[in-house]
Amino acid sequence: MGEGIVIGIVIFTLATFLGFELIQRVPPTLHTPLMSGSNAISGITVVGALVVAGGGFGWISTVFGVGAVAFAMMNVVGGYAVTDRMLRMFKKDGGER
Amino acid sequence: MIPHLVAELGYLVASACFIIGLKRLGSPATAPAGNRLSAWGMLLAVVVTLLAGGVVSWTGIIAGIVLGGGLGLWMARAVQMTAMPQMVALFNGFGGAASVLVAGAEFLKAELAGEALPASTGITIQLSILIGAVTFTGSLVAWAKLQEVLTGRPITFPLQKVLNAALLLGVIGLGAYQVATPDAFLGPFYAVLAAALLLGVLLVIPIGGADMPVVIALLTSFSGIAAAMTGFVIDNHVLIIAGALVGSSGIILTRIMCKAMNRSLGNVLFGAFGAAGPSAGGAAVEGLTVRSVSLEDAAVQLAYARSVIVVPGYGLAVAQAQHAVRELAELIEKNGGEVRYAIHPVAGRMPGHMNVLLAEANVPYDRLYDMDAVNDQFEQADVALVIGANDVVNPAARSDPSSPIYGMPILDVDKARSVIVMKRSMNPGFAGIENALFYHPRTAMLFGDAKGSLTGLIGEIKGL
Repeated sequence: MGEGIVIGIVIFTLATFLGFELIQRVPPTLHTPLMSGSNAISGITVVGALVVAGGGFGWISTVFGVGAVAFAMMNVVGGYAVTDRMLRMFKKDGGER
Repeated sequence: MIPHLVAELGYLVASACFIIGLKRLGSPATAPAGNRLSAWGMLLAVVVTLLAGGVVSWTGIIAGIVLGGGLGLWMARAVQMTAMPQMVALFNGFGGAASVLVAGAEFLKAELAGEALPASTGITIQLSILIGAVTFTGSLVAWAKLQEVLTGRPITFPLQKVLNAALLLGVIGLGAYQVATPDAFLGPFYAVLAAALLLGVLLVIPIGGADMPVVIALLTSFSGIAAAMTGFVIDNHVLIIAGALVGSSGIILTRIMCKAMNRSLGNVLFGAFGAAGPSAGGAAVEGLTVRSVSLEDAAVQLAYARSVIVVPGYGLAVAQAQHAVRELAELIEKNGGEVRYAIHPVAGRMPGHMNVLLAEANVPYDRLYDMDAVNDQFEQADVALVIGANDVVNPAARSDPSSPIYGMPILDVDKARSVIVMKRSMNPGFAGIENALFYHPRTAMLFGDAKGSLTGLIGEIKGL
């Protein structure tokens, strides 16, 4: 295990720095879509949920897993869909985007 | 079934999609494509997982996907733009719940099989459950406050902070016990879960409704960190990367909102701001008079203005007057004037909320200016038109050290050549603070409902 967790911490730290750099460049006008888009991305937990729900680890795991899949999918589908809906509203002067 | 290496590369591509998607959120022109790219990345991650061979039974998965996806799509289509803060709050909570369930399932699986988990996995499972559960119930309380199911006023009781600290210590103690002793006794597991769920509620109920933007941003961050912790539990890097990105986005937005209110995060979380109710300061404005303006005079002033800066507050959205303001702006532009919008970071109910509300009313985004970009423009503005905004234009924040909002960055509306404030009455705003702007010699008050006044102005200007 030792090495896996160290690699994980390295990735987490680098991704956090990358996140700070990227998100500081998002203009305030897009901060609401940024938040709903972040909701969608945090739905990545669906990856873990799918394995728990369909891995055949007994009924408790299946119940937890199906619940997790449903919660995460609400974030994924709802988050991306509402972000798209909002971003389509942003038009430049003259009507084009 | 695809080999492990291919699956790992698939997850790497998905991570790249998330990163490039966030980068494209740097401009409204590229943002829609960025969001779609991010969504493709998510689809890829799901497909890779389904093909990687861990899945043996499909019924539960299909049920979860159909149920969650269907509900999510329905919510995304049905939600009103004014209700976006509630929706983001709910989604934060769902993210937390998903992390709790995945980490909990991993824990139960190992416990029931009598397997000893490595200490690092044990710790990250406990962290996933703690952070995820706090995010879940905390977000539900935030949702209830925003939806006004719960009172927006802080709910406090004696020894609240002591109880919170005791709960947190209890969770840490029981969590450590579980990491140290891998037996099949599940009492501590459920105790940790229950205590963390309760802690989420207790942490958010003492926070006032006006501070919810900060709380939602912070909970967004928590939901990301919970996802990253779950990534450690199941040893999956795409969860760690995506979770870290969301975590940092939430932290940046939290910081921006705190700065815009001139408050520290500690003060927002533990200060119970607004608990005492309306208090300070009528003294400064006693003896001063308010000048009110008729619809006709305001219309003439706006029709012949060369440069108008509109300062929208949440009152504009409450009155559903965004479309009317855009129509008024188009008339002023037709008469040769220039119209810009000055957006304070806390103008809406969440970061960037007012921008979305105006975009929905077809206001072009290049007319929307942040506080820093617009503040030195007020001196050249013929008219500053304040609609439903109050504290964010109160000059006391600059000049009166005794004011509760002293030090908060504001829009320098009082520097404009003339100011028209649209307001229902002289009742003080949410924070209960008198606003010296209303008594300023260059300020004229246009009393009435924002939508009614705007429609009136539009009619008057058309008739000129």
